[in-house]
Amino acid sequence: MIDAAPPPVFRLADVTRVFRTGTIEVRALRGVTLSLNEHEMVVLLGASGSGKSTLLNIMGGLDLPTEGKVFFRDRDLSGASDKRLTAFRRDHVGFVFQFYNLVPSLTARENVALVTEIARDPMSPEEALDRVGLTPRMDHFPSELSGGEQQRVAIARAIAKRPDVLLCDEPTGALDSKTGVQVLEALEEVNRSLGTATILITHNADIQRIAHRVVVLADGRVTRDEVNARRISPSQVTW
Amino acid sequence: MVRALDRKLLRDLGRIWAQTVAIALVLGCGIMVMVAAHATQSSLVQTQSAYYDRHRFADMFVSATRVPQPLLAELAEIDGVAWVDGRIGFHSVLDIDGMDAPAIGRVLSLPPGNAQGLNLPLLRQGRMPDPDRLDEVAINEPFGQAHGLEPGARFRAVLNGQLRELTVTGWLLSPEFIYTMAPGTIMPDDRSFGLIWLNQPAAAAVKDMQGAVNEISLRLMRGADERAVMVAVDRLLDPYGGTGAYGRDRQSSHAFLDSELQQLGGLATYLPPVFLVVAAFLVNMVLGRLIALERPQIGLMRALGYSRTEIGMHYFKLAALIGVIGVGLGWGFGWLLREGMLALYMDFFRFPFLLRDIAPGAMLGSAALGVGAVGLGAARAVMAAIRLPPAEAMSPPAPPSFARGWVDRAMAALRLRQTSMMILRSILRWPGRAMITLLGVSTSVGVLVSSYFLFDAIDVVQNRVFEQGNRQHVTLTLAAPAPEHAVLDAYTLPGVLRAEGAYAAPVRLINGHRSRTSALMAQFPGATLARVMDDATGLVELPQTGVVLPDLVARHLHISAGDMIEVELLTPPRETLTLPVTQIIQQGLGGEAYIAAPALFQAMRIAPQVSQIHLRVDPPEMPALQHRLKTVPAIAGVSDWAQVRAQFQAELDDGMLTMVLIYTVIGVLIAIGVVYNAARIQLSERAHELASLRVMGFTRFEVGFVLVGEMMLLTLVAVPLGWLMGYAFAQGMVDAVSTDVVQLPFAISRRTYALAALAVVAASLAAVLLVRRRLDRIDLASALKARE
Repeated sequence: MIDAAPPPVFRLADVTRVFRTGTIEVRALRGVTLSLNEHEMVVLLGASGSGKSTLLNIMGGLDLPTEGKVFFRDRDLSGASDKRLTAFRRDHVGFVFQFYNLVPSLTARENVALVTEIARDPMSPEEALDRVGLTPRMDHFPSELSGGEQQRVAIARAIAKRPDVLLCDEPTGALDSKTGVQVLEALEEVNRSLGTATILITHNADIQRIAHRVVVLADGRVTRDEVNARRISPSQVTW
Repeated sequence: MVRALDRKLLRDLGRIWAQTVAIALVLGCGIMVMVAAHATQSSLVQTQSAYYDRHRFADMFVSATRVPQPLLAELAEIDGVAWVDGRIGFHSVLDIDGMDAPAIGRVLSLPPGNAQGLNLPLLRQGRMPDPDRLDEVAINEPFGQAHGLEPGARFRAVLNGQLRELTVTGWLLSPEFIYTMAPGTIMPDDRSFGLIWLNQPAAAAVKDMQGAVNEISLRLMRGADERAVMVAVDRLLDPYGGTGAYGRDRQSSHAFLDSELQQLGGLATYLPPVFLVVAAFLVNMVLGRLIALERPQIGLMRALGYSRTEIGMHYFKLAALIGVIGVGLGWGFGWLLREGMLALYMDFFRFPFLLRDIAPGAMLGSAALGVGAVGLGAARAVMAAIRLPPAEAMSPPAPPSFARGWVDRAMAALRLRQTSMMILRSILRWPGRAMITLLGVSTSVGVLVSSYFLFDAIDVVQNRVFEQGNRQHVTLTLAAPAPEHAVLDAYTLPGVLRAEGAYAAPVRLINGHRSRTSALMAQFPGATLARVMDDATGLVELPQTGVVLPDLVARHLHISAGDMIEVELLTPPRETLTLPVTQIIQQGLGGEAYIAAPALFQAMRIAPQVSQIHLRVDPPEMPALQHRLKTVPAIAGVSDWAQVRAQFQAELDDGMLTMVLIYTVIGVLIAIGVVYNAARIQLSERAHELASLRVMGFTRFEVGFVLVGEMMLLTLVAVPLGWLMGYAFAQGMVDAVSTDVVQLPFAISRRTYALAALAVVAASLAAVLLVRRRLDRIDLASALKARE
């Protein structure tokens, strides 16, 4: 039987990342091999210092591996120049961070427009905000929005360019359960309706149950990589 | 044992060293100008006063036709007079080897065995003339240097109609001639004007003045009434052709020196406050930011038990250290600048020695002002920091709030890109900070405009004096006034294309109790060479009646057009005319009164006379003319205008270019200091935001635009403001450096505005690009992790 499955969005082969500060060497990743498939939502779990964020940064084109290969579709990102990485982020990646990183001097709509102005085939800022349920708060500045609302603006900003992959680093880390659920629902909705491959880093082990697949990192290595047989909806997550 | 808090202080200073240097430089500039100008001025004042004292510089001067020696004793009897000295003085044409044009000599008699006299010349080289040798002379040092007339050298002079060979025995300097200028010229020229000291008997023989003198100097007792002495002297000398006593204020060397010292004083008090204010704002901005970043640490220190005073002192110390560095830089560069300025002045003013003064008052004052300015700048930020309760200080500050207003709707209508919106909102959100940047940059534009403006002012003067006012090639000053037809005789000189006569007489202008000695210039109808010019409106047609006065003189006399003025002629026929003032004109240089010749001679009831002849000369014939003029006894003075102009230019190249260069450096430093600091603060506050943009896929250039764009937008807005400031500064400069002798015309050209703007825009761009480079070094991943 011929494998008809589409090629993975990301393929990491034996990726190692070493940080050197003075004489001290920290091996954040020690030979990680991993792939991310189209339309898939993966939760990345691990203790503090396990290498989750380093992995996410490498996939997002914010950092380069010391050794090993990173492929986005069939493009090798391993030794890419700053210019190529910038273009890669601009065209293919959406980021969501724990601390939202909204531009305080721009309204919700303008924060999204920031991205749509430089993207190739963006949706309108209004549509992106509608998808995260923020149409009524569109013209508010970050300082006038709650944490959950700010994070949803960040999600809208990330998806407005119709990215191939959405990378979320602790998106609910700074939120209470109620707003955390709203954010997860927004992410799940985007993954379902747009089919955007999504990686979600979290501390909260219960969140893994909303994903298609769970990858656990420990000490820079993948220690578990398994598919969820049964997914739950974000509202069922306990905090 | 260095306390931990002090160690933190030094590390903080190390961390913000670039910003520290930027502030210290701006502060240093103000202190440098203040210290250098005061120190130069007080050095010159002390030197002047010591020189005057040691060489017994007279307090009062008067010329007369012929005063018998015994009258000097009578003058000494006048109440308040301490000493009276008489001599014989006159002008003569000199023929110097190696110089085509004739030079002019001011000949002064040396009394035999004079030790107790006034205005004692100082022997610099060689020896004094032998009292028994009638052909021996001493000359002034600059003239000797200019011609290489070492002791033993010989030159020729026309003495009372005869060409005589004279031998130089030595070089002298005199407190009367610290600044030497030939009659009828506007700039000193050591080549074409020299002082000749001749033995009294020889001088008396030349002028037929045995037993008499024609120049008298007086030294007054402390507390003497100068005005009363003058009246008494004038009354005594009236029968002997006295031309009116005058004090040091009208003695040309002293007046110029004093005017220069006044200008220096103006400079010292006028500019430094501007720099100190800008420095205070800068410290406020930087320290405010530094303390904002230190909030959690301040909270921690408070939690650990440090008192508000201790923490407040900690940050005040930081500000004071920045102030001390600025003061140190200012003192150091001020010392260098003082040396440079003194070197310039010593070229210009002939002092035999120099007493250097560091102006301790100005140094301490500038230090207090400098540290005070930064302390004041820091006060607000420090107060805000120590007011916070520890718990609040340790938690991160709330995000800056923005609100939508009419400006946003206007901007939305413009459909700006979001990055442009970020720039505009940032300016509107922190208007105080934008104002400081704006103020700093416009100040630097202003400083540049007000210094480049000097070139425009000089252009106006040059244009008026050389292009429009004096179109003659040569001006001859006659030994004595001659009938009008003497002008026709001038046509017999080689190469003369056109000759025009003029009449100039020394006068005292009187309005009530105010008076001023000056020259009255009478212009004949149809004059095309020497013309009266107004700095603002150009050519002045002299009215048929009455006197035309420059505004400097009119202001001094408190007189305006339509008033009557008394004009006392100080040469024969020595009468006082009452004439209407018909017009006031603007003139930067020279304080002469003008009148149409027919009006003057009608009032004097004599036939028209000439005392000057202006010539236009066929250029190839110039050497022949100059050669011929060396031997014409009727001529007491020759001005070659091409040479006057060259001299004028040379003086400017020396003095003004240096000043303008210094001001340019200062102006550019302010712009760099302000923009660099503002950009650094922007970068530290918005690192997060800018890194987010990079993460989202904005290129370095696009992200840099947010930073560079804001600074350059502010710079561009600051430019027209700076033009306005420069206009005001230039006006202030005109007032600060204008004296009784010189007034700068007020005119600013487009070139000046453009150059100032260009220099500042370039400096701002360089400063902000320097900061922009740091954007490249931001680690994107960690910038996003760290919560501010």
